[in-house]
Amino acid sequence: MSSFKIQDCHKQTIKQICESFNNNPGELISILHKTQGEFGYLPEDIQREIAKNLNISVAKVYGVVTFYSFFTMTPKGRHAISVCMGTACYVRGAEKIVDELKEQLKIKVGGVTDDGKFSLDCLRCVGACGLAPVVLIGEKVYGRVEANQIKDILASYED
Amino acid sequence: MEKIKLTIDNIEVEVQNGTTIYHAAKKIGIDIPVLCYMNLEHLNIENRPGGCRICVVEVEGRRNLAPSCSTNCTEGMVVKTHSLRVLNARKTVLELILSDHPTECLVCSSSGKCDLQSLAQKLGIREIHAVENAERSTYRKDCSPALNRDMDKCVMCRRCETICNDVQTVGALSAVNRGFMSVVAPAFEQDLIDSPCTFCGQCVAVCPTGALTPFDDTSKVLKALTDPSKTVIVQTAPAVRAALGEEFGLTPGTLVTGKMVAALRTLGFDKVFDTDFAADLTIMEEGTELLDRITRYLGGDKEVKLPILTSCCPAWVNFFEHNYPCMLDVPSTARSPQQMFGAIAKTYYADMLKIKREDLVVVSVMPCLAKKYECQRDEFKVDGNPDVDFSISTRELASLIKMANINFNNLPDEEFDSPMGESTGAAVIFGATGGVIEAAVRTAYELQTGLKLNKIDFEELRGLEGIRTATIDFNGTPIHIGIAHQLGNARKLLDGIRSGLYNFHAIEIMACPGGCIGGAGQPLHFGNSDVIKARFDAIYREDASKTLRKSHENPYIIKLYKEFLGHPMSEKAHHLLHTHYFEKNKI
Repeated sequence: MSSFKIQDCHKQTIKQICESFNNNPGELISILHKTQGEFGYLPEDIQREIAKNLNISVAKVYGVVTFYSFFTMTPKGRHAISVCMGTACYVRGAEKIVDELKEQLKIKVGGVTDDGKFSLDCLRCVGACGLAPVVLIGEKVYGRVEANQIKDILASYED
Repeated sequence: MEKIKLTIDNIEVEVQNGTTIYHAAKKIGIDIPVLCYMNLEHLNIENRPGGCRICVVEVEGRRNLAPSCSTNCTEGMVVKTHSLRVLNARKTVLELILSDHPTECLVCSSSGKCDLQSLAQKLGIREIHAVENAERSTYRKDCSPALNRDMDKCVMCRRCETICNDVQTVGALSAVNRGFMSVVAPAFEQDLIDSPCTFCGQCVAVCPTGALTPFDDTSKVLKALTDPSKTVIVQTAPAVRAALGEEFGLTPGTLVTGKMVAALRTLGFDKVFDTDFAADLTIMEEGTELLDRITRYLGGDKEVKLPILTSCCPAWVNFFEHNYPCMLDVPSTARSPQQMFGAIAKTYYADMLKIKREDLVVVSVMPCLAKKYECQRDEFKVDGNPDVDFSISTRELASLIKMANINFNNLPDEEFDSPMGESTGAAVIFGATGGVIEAAVRTAYELQTGLKLNKIDFEELRGLEGIRTATIDFNGTPIHIGIAHQLGNARKLLDGIRSGLYNFHAIEIMACPGGCIGGAGQPLHFGNSDVIKARFDAIYREDASKTLRKSHENPYIIKLYKEFLGHPMSEKAHHLLHTHYFEKNKI
């Protein structure tokens, strides 16, 4: 679990987000969406703070966070890697690419490297099926990727 | 409201518009099997996630089968509740649920009381067509001092979630994750002990399987009973005698005080005492504290904390420690009767027997699961030795009696032992909502006014409504009293005080429906208000049958103060009979 410790300034931001939705518990999903946009992820302390503002149980907030795959409790790496697992990419070997990335980075899907450099996720169809299989690193799109290219691609990211 | 007609299994039935097929069928005596569905009629709360699909029925003209618990009747509807198609679907649904459920029924503590097991019986499941190497969901087991969670056995009926959030407003549990890994859990899937759980145990009382079960110390009790170096004594809470008989087929509301005492003696307890003795003691301490605060308040002391809140219910104590940390100095500091009994037993009584406290084992039989947690609290231990060693529930006592082949219904009535078995009618009503405050009023009135009560029964304090208020005339001084049972009502009452809606001198709160008589350690009642009512009446019958009905008239309590404690709220009483509360961080 993350070691995120909430600060007063974070509390202020969360308070503003919740207030912008009138502290309405019915807007929980929108509030979580906006908060994740602000912090990049939703660690425990942030969920507690949202629950406090909306006067609902933390268990309820956690229930929603874990239900929707869009929400994450782990921070993304500085370079977020997403592998397309849509049908076209899948049949053209996306799984091998994922396995190779897991092997090289020593992390699981949804994880982040110890140095915070890379994180690995899968997603469905980025709409570039002609380039299958597709890997995104940050904003950059890599097409027709083969497993043996992964090492070089990763090496091109320095910090 | 508009009426509609439909046909169920060739029987015509007329129902209000908005009635579900399940309820319409029930009206004509057809019991459609359910699993997740639960109706808490007296609370107006239904658990109806429509998730299990066991209750499906065939509706003419409709392509798919309909879940009867969540499908409303329509005019002219033709329903079949047991066609071959329906039965096959139910069997398939159940097999799918069972394919991800442990098959350890032989050793499961819910065996024989499990809805899932009964359904498998009813639908004639003889084989679970498991796919080889099929995925199974497994979770970490979570054992707290009061209840255990084994989520491998969870069928996601979400009854516990409804009780925890909608009825008790505790908010410890929520459905988390999705798909195969979905489960009901505390936030961040932490242990219950780290969550805002109050251990009221109402979730255990509605769980249809063995996913939520009480923490069970009966084997340790049996071990202590066979240890010749130990003196083992037992105390029984007031509510136990009004419900224990149900486990032996007796009608709800049958009082089995005498048989219970006989059974405990047969089980081998050295002395059979009564928590009622300690309840009388509680009134002496809590009543004195109440009078002290009111007298100071009426004398113009603005610092005094009012209303005073009762502190007998351990789930309620946990609730305010979690939810109202700014009010920790408001509740009475008096310990609960269970703990007062333990403290006196391991000092006064152990001295009387000339034995060390370590050689005296105090067992309590409680209608409650939170008592299991309470007796393990550090502040109720001396050098690691707890005042109350083991707390077992009414249901667990019934199991022990059955295990020992005791023919309960044929037992003669026996009397509690002296001195800690002697009690008044004021003590027995602790078992019902409103009882503690009525007992306190009986004593406080006489001590305050110096007058004798003409009428001992305070009908205005009795009843089963969730929140009740009354004003008692203390010879010219009106004393305002509030009463709530179930934690959701407690929250409403406290929020009402904060907002200035209510103004009370004293408040009684109990966590469970009807008070302790509806506790989670009692024979399961699944929210049946008739059962609660029958137990409620039994408690007041026992009170009315007693010669002494005011705590301060208990001769053994008078003797205890004279020989040992001095006077109520003395230094010794403070040390042994009072406690303090801690802020608990809400997760």
